[in-house]
Amino acid sequence: MTDALTRLLNERDWLLTDGATGTALFNMGLQSGDAPELWNVDKPENIVKLYEGAVNAGSDIFLTNSFGGNASRLKLHDSQSRVHELNKAAAEIGRNVADKAGRTVVVAGSVGPTGDIMEPTGTLTFSDAVEMFHEQAEGLKAGGADVLWIETISAPEEYRAAAEGARLAGMPWAGTMSFDTAGRTMMGVTSSELANLVEKIENPPVAYGANCGVGSSDLLRTVLGFSAQATGRPIIAKGNAGIPKYHEGHIHYDGTPELMADYACLARDAGAQIIGGCCGTTPEHLRAMREALETRPKNARPTLEAIVEKLGGFSSPSDGTDDKGPKRDRSSRRRR
Amino acid sequence: MSDQGDDLILSELNDAELVEQMMDDLYDGLKDEIEEAVGILLERGWVPYDILTKSLVLGMQIVGDDFRDGILFVPEVLRAAQAMKGGMAILKPLLVETGAPKMGKMVIGTVKGDIHDIGKNLVAMMMEGAGFEIIDLGINNPAEDYINTAINEGCDIIGMSALLTTTMPYMKVVIDQLKEMGKRDDYIVLVGGAPLNEEFGTAIGADAYCDDAAIAVETAKSFMLRKHNQA
Repeated sequence: MTDALTRLLNERDWLLTDGATGTALFNMGLQSGDAPELWNVDKPENIVKLYEGAVNAGSDIFLTNSFGGNASRLKLHDSQSRVHELNKAAAEIGRNVADKAGRTVVVAGSVGPTGDIMEPTGTLTFSDAVEMFHEQAEGLKAGGADVLWIETISAPEEYRAAAEGARLAGMPWAGTMSFDTAGRTMMGVTSSELANLVEKIENPPVAYGANCGVGSSDLLRTVLGFSAQATGRPIIAKGNAGIPKYHEGHIHYDGTPELMADYACLARDAGAQIIGGCCGTTPEHLRAMREALETRPKNARPTLEAIVEKLGGFSSPSDGTDDKGPKRDRSSRRRR
Repeated sequence: MSDQGDDLILSELNDAELVEQMMDDLYDGLKDEIEEAVGILLERGWVPYDILTKSLVLGMQIVGDDFRDGILFVPEVLRAAQAMKGGMAILKPLLVETGAPKMGKMVIGTVKGDIHDIGKNLVAMMMEGAGFEIIDLGINNPAEDYINTAINEGCDIIGMSALLTTTMPYMKVVIDQLKEMGKRDDYIVLVGGAPLNEEFGTAIGADAYCDDAAIAVETAKSFMLRKHNQA
């Protein structure tokens, strides 16, 4: 049987996913520095509220409150022994909310990065990373997640390790990277590189794409980079609602619902099939995005200029895919 | 890397060529070559402080600039930093012995709940290279750890790092606690991390937001200068 996400993708031209988790939980009183995942057990009513916020705003997919639910991240809160429990709870709450929605809503088990750097640059081995991802995947599966949703990854090795964790758990998955450094991930991966990397994975994702990063303009440039590779695999666009500003003790993102509505339609025009927000995106933004996607016609693939005109400028002149990026002339004797 | 690389004999280069090669090798993250070159310059009678500032720091500045400009990314920068660390390990005891000038003392770490320490490590490395004494608290630090270390170790600067939007507000907790203790003005507070910006730094009451490691060094230097001028 195919998974719920694949079914929806076959039926519809676009799907709306959700917005921010951290932003919503802070508004419910989560203290900075505390692990959001603990609330899956300690304050499940807030997690219900979080998920319902997305579902009621029209999301077809929502992500579980399990982004930092791997052993490496939970260790900070001395909860590394609770990986299975906290992830299962995150997915269980989600399953209940989704099943009451009265339409197909996909419960996507959020899987964030380990926070460690992998070999050879860092110390985390591939097998240890796989083990951590697998452990988390099993918890999300046990709680009833439809798919795993691997996000905010920056290193190709970690993306592969997470994919392997999904394979071991027998779960379909989607996977996004965060392109936040001159249009690439901080590890230097370009949009076209991810599009091609994905096709080389033994158990390729149902969909792949970009989340978080800098602003909505940058994210759309990344989506254009994906779709230019024309692999045919569904593309995910999950951008932040503007840029973080600090206001009276809270982080506030400056992107308006109107801007996110424009972003959603441009993302569809650029080739994304799964569209949502990331940090700062509230149910209000999601409602505006849904309405825009439903009422506005699909347009031609936007140019970079059109994106700048509607959403603002890019964080860097090049994103590494056009061969126009900055270079350093090297005259190393070792390379002569 | 070409095979000809092995033909290059560092000890046969004159000082100027060797320094240039060191900057290049640092850029390529060649730790063994950096360690060898530091040894050669020491043999030639270079003062440790000069080796640090005239080769390693200059080399890391190029790496830092290219990171800022989107030419290099984190893996290359980390390899360069590891090579720098190799050279620093040789120079550090000698710098102390020879009484090299000290720029100031900084306590640094990622804030509570945040384990992402790549940026923090780069800043620590560059600051050390620039002559600052660094006390690295590592990851996941509560306010008390920053503040107690700053007090007990007589630090000039408190440096905080966060990669997550869920952890960055914790920086304000630390600053507020300093204020409550009446100690805010005793320290220069620098903050950094991917989701931060200058406006955020100002809003939480930090002295400055630093966009990257090279800027952190420049900012720290200018604040230290002001501090000295006031004293």
